[in-house]
Amino acid sequence: MPQDENKEGIGGMINPRRYGIERVAYLLMRLSGLGLLAYFIGHIYETSTILRGQVGWNEFLELTQTTEGHAILAIVIAMCVFHTVNGIRVMLGHGGVGVGKPARPDYPYDPASQNYRHKIGIYSAIVLAAVAMMYGLAVMFGE
Amino acid sequence: MTQASGIANEQTSTPLSSSKSITLRISRYNPEHDDSSKFMEFSVPYERWTTVLEAILEVKKHFDHSVAVRYSCRQATCGSCGMIINGKPRLACFTKISELNSNVVTVEPMNNFPIIRDLAVKFERLFDTHQKIKPYLIRDDTELTSDEKEFLQSPEEVEQYIQFANCIKCGLCNSACPTMATDSSFVGPQALAQAYRYVADSRDKGKDSRLKIIDDSHGIWRCHFAGSCSQVCPKGVDPAMGIQLLRGYLLGFRS
Repeated sequence: MPQDENKEGIGGMINPRRYGIERVAYLLMRLSGLGLLAYFIGHIYETSTILRGQVGWNEFLELTQTTEGHAILAIVIAMCVFHTVNGIRVMLGHGGVGVGKPARPDYPYDPASQNYRHKIGIYSAIVLAAVAMMYGLAVMFGE
Repeated sequence: MTQASGIANEQTSTPLSSSKSITLRISRYNPEHDDSSKFMEFSVPYERWTTVLEAILEVKKHFDHSVAVRYSCRQATCGSCGMIINGKPRLACFTKISELNSNVVTVEPMNNFPIIRDLAVKFERLFDTHQKIKPYLIRDDTELTSDEKEFLQSPEEVEQYIQFANCIKCGLCNSACPTMATDSSFVGPQALAQAYRYVADSRDKGKDSRLKIIDDSHGIWRCHFAGSCSQVCPKGVDPAMGIQLLRGYLLGFRS
């Protein structure tokens, strides 16, 4: 079927190189969403260790106090901030907010929906995620 | 046989005159015979104004007339010659070689469309989804029987949809869409933008029936606003805008 329909498949869906920053945001949104889902599942497992008593809880909690644990938490912070900020941008766009108004197009036909407001929103999400991650790293490793 | 000798005569009588040339890589694939596609390379002379379609026709004329390509108007009006040119969906007749800034031009059939042969793809599904959203005015009366001679619209009302009426059904938006890359049932940006075109038309009374058609798990909710459809549209239709405005009706932001 893939050959018959000549679908690009997942490789084409996640390729961020051809259509500008919007497709980079599209990819990061999916990666951060999957990452947060994985963290959520891990978090449920982590909190369930309380059923093994205080000793079991403390043993598992020590894993998050390692260098690897701190690095993972810093990435989780970045994913959370990017997903939130970019999600607000996308939700507003889905409601028709900030996508421009219909008008007779003029050559070279720059799409109004891909306007500077959305580009600023994407870059803001990336910068805020980076700042939040660095702050998290400073707090966790700066003791 | 006559045609073949005609091509041979033309080949000897028509000199290729240009100081500049590019390597044109054409994807060759026949689903009936081939397991996979392969590229054939041709050195093609070009001028500043030469389009990719003209280069392909140059190959057909002088090197290999079996290259399959669909084209008609040569002026970005018929929507026939959509293909992947150097990695992005474009109209071959609307893309000048000089603007690609590359000595190698690679042409492939559009993604997300079944291949007929080489660069020609099947448009049946595009036309089916287009037809599915009822691309015509829906109302009980007609201009022929109404007391009014015509349905009047103000310039402001025309502005609401005229941009989306420019669609030439070339399929470039469907080829660029990341959802179309994986979901065979997705209705696609072309049909969704056309749904908005008629919903936004003040003469149309079929908004509810159209919204019902696209309010589906493989309908408008599968659009994630990546915007690639709008970036490749050769007519400035901006399907991403139309889809988000259309979704505004379903979410209650618009009435």
